[in-house]
Amino acid sequence: MQREQLESAPTAAEAWPDQIYDLLKQHGVRQVGLVPDAGHARLIKRCLADNDMKVVSLTTEEEGVALAFGAWLGGEKSVLLMQSSGVGNIINMLSVAIAHRTPCPIIVTMRGDFGEFNPFQVPMGNATQACLEAMGTLVKRADRPEDVAETVNATLRLAFNTYRPTATLLGQRLLGAKTFGK
Amino acid sequence: MTEIAVGPTGKLMRRDVVKALLENRDGMLAIGGLGAPAWDITAAGDSPLNLPLWGGMGGAAVMGLGLALAQPERKVCVITGDGEMLMGVGSLATVAVQRPRNLSIVVLDNEHYGETGMQETHTKHGVDLVMMAKGAGIADSRLVRTAEELLKLRADIHAGNGPLFAQVKIDEGTQPLVLPPREASILQARMREAIMGPEAHLQ
Repeated sequence: MQREQLESAPTAAEAWPDQIYDLLKQHGVRQVGLVPDAGHARLIKRCLADNDMKVVSLTTEEEGVALAFGAWLGGEKSVLLMQSSGVGNIINMLSVAIAHRTPCPIIVTMRGDFGEFNPFQVPMGNATQACLEAMGTLVKRADRPEDVAETVNATLRLAFNTYRPTATLLGQRLLGAKTFGK
Repeated sequence: MTEIAVGPTGKLMRRDVVKALLENRDGMLAIGGLGAPAWDITAAGDSPLNLPLWGGMGGAAVMGLGLALAQPERKVCVITGDGEMLMGVGSLATVAVQRPRNLSIVVLDNEHYGETGMQETHTKHGVDLVMMAKGAGIADSRLVRTAEELLKLRADIHAGNGPLFAQVKIDEGTQPLVLPPREASILQARMREAIMGPEAHLQ
């Protein structure tokens, strides 16, 4: 099996990772909390190269919700990047953003979703949207490259304008297109 | 300056510890971890500079990190309990890697889960949070047992040479409840306004 099939990531020709970076800049995001995913690799590189962004690598995704709250207390906007398995780690911590009314936008790359080969990714991938919505998070989903920018923009706007956790799920179909079916 | 008493166990009294840390605070922001530390910072004097937590167990240290990164000119002191710190102990590594000079994390260690019936925590059985913080990379990690050590800690917190971690052994006796506001949107908004003024609400 090829490594690309183990960890699916968009090809260099795909514009959407750079479009997400541009949106983070437009919205004035200053703190980026993350647990890495191959699907976010290019976006993470762009953020790391940006001196106006503080990139905080987390030991578990739930730290990211706490980070977003601390950042907002101090007047900075943040975003949280993770893969769908990480959503299982943030469930209770979302209560912090809900109770305080903290903007907490989350961008999730999906696994266990479309053509998955790893059985361990499927339970959480299948439950990602339901779990987030059960915890009061507004979820939008993009499965086509041309939908990513406006979906992420909607997620950022909903979070920063209406003070709550929001999420965009980036479908595995987007990420795995290169090697899917081989 | 507050007198720092010791309890029947010979350990420091938690309310005196917190009062001493927050006295003449010079704009220092404080986050109080879920449970008794949130009541402790409130007993020291409720203030918009205080964020007492009603939830988010395990998150206090990283909340302090986000705040310290956003407000590098302000001191940020996270005051939390041993149970809360143990739940999010990986966050010590996250904090250490960011090296925020303005962040201190103070664990009030009574070796028990005080809010749920005084069950013993791991620190009662020899788990050493100072070693864990040092191992995570917070070079200034220290154990505090005496009033003298506490006053040194206070001075170092205010000097802003962080990140700093302290495990303060405290008397396990429970203190009277002194509850902060429970409406968390107010707790968030009042701290934001204290930092940024009325424009905070137009961000």
